[in-house]
Amino acid sequence: MSDVVLTIDGKQVTAKKDMTVLEAARSAGIHIPTLCYHEKLEPYGACRLCVVEIEQRGWWRLVVSCVYPVENNLVVKTRSEKIDRIRKTIIELLLAHAPDAFELVDLAKEYGADRNRFEKEPSFCIHCGLCVRYCAEIKKAFAIGFINRGTKREISFIPEIASKVCWDCKECFPLCPTEALQAAFVLARAMSFPELDYDANVKGK
Amino acid sequence: MDMDKVDQIIDKHNCEASSLIQVLLDIQGANNWLPKEALDRVAERLQVPLTRIQHIATFYKAFSVVPKGRHGVHICLGTACHVRGASRILDTVQDITGLNPGETDLDLKFSLETVNCLGCCALGPVMEVDGKVHGKMAPAKIADVLKNYD
Repeated sequence: MSDVVLTIDGKQVTAKKDMTVLEAARSAGIHIPTLCYHEKLEPYGACRLCVVEIEQRGWWRLVVSCVYPVENNLVVKTRSEKIDRIRKTIIELLLAHAPDAFELVDLAKEYGADRNRFEKEPSFCIHCGLCVRYCAEIKKAFAIGFINRGTKREISFIPEIASKVCWDCKECFPLCPTEALQAAFVLARAMSFPELDYDANVKGK
Repeated sequence: MDMDKVDQIIDKHNCEASSLIQVLLDIQGANNWLPKEALDRVAERLQVPLTRIQHIATFYKAFSVVPKGRHGVHICLGTACHVRGASRILDTVQDITGLNPGETDLDLKFSLETVNCLGCCALGPVMEVDGKVHGKMAPAKIADVLKNYD
């Protein structure tokens, strides 16, 4: 397979044909911030934080780098005034949901985002889908999924599956950028299978 | 809900995972809502993860994962009905049935919903029961309409 040559931030980057712009940038050591990207998972394009500018027919166009495939002679900018402004707003919107998430607070510092810009509505989940996709794609356990739609969308464990598989796995826990997942698990466990908790803590099994 | 009926519906669609939404629609049509046991059965026989079925069943408004009554009462609150007094119609229906919008009574008789337009604004204010449109409603007429359903 022939390689593709593109320009990212003025630097010549050689990438494989099936790579995305984000992967090409990462392989060349160029940092693009992401929240929903995971190298083992299919790209999802949920957080939009990895937005970059590309040049097409003399015009600059915004694309989401984690789902945009590389092409020959593509010219990419990963930082510009416009990109920074968009990322700042995305971070501010996400901070309304998860005001104290470490990853978001760090990003907010970098981009000068104001965590009090939007009225807080702490649901803690930012719908990155990492836990849902990890459970489905890597573990093939399907213990957690999304329910509802739009502003009411949230993650939800299936108690029958979660009570069997989650106890010995919990591999999705460190993936969550906001720790909403851990809270959802504790809640699901307390409501649906508290006896396992009792066995583990009280009887020391 | 009777599981044989669920199996029949699944068989009708040849047990294909690609017919998931059609299967769910048929179960919804036969039972007015989607019970957990039915979803478990669909997941098992169609080889589709339950998370995916739950995602779809909660995504579309055509599906309900909470019990629905035998008769769906829809009160139009669209602009035309609103200016012709839809809120008074809604208040009266709430008084008679004892339900808030989105609720179902204990003996599964009525489910009350509000909608934003039924597309027959000239008849406003409009109340729809089981797909039948009752136009030019007045609070005094509602009890007469609802007593025809049991």
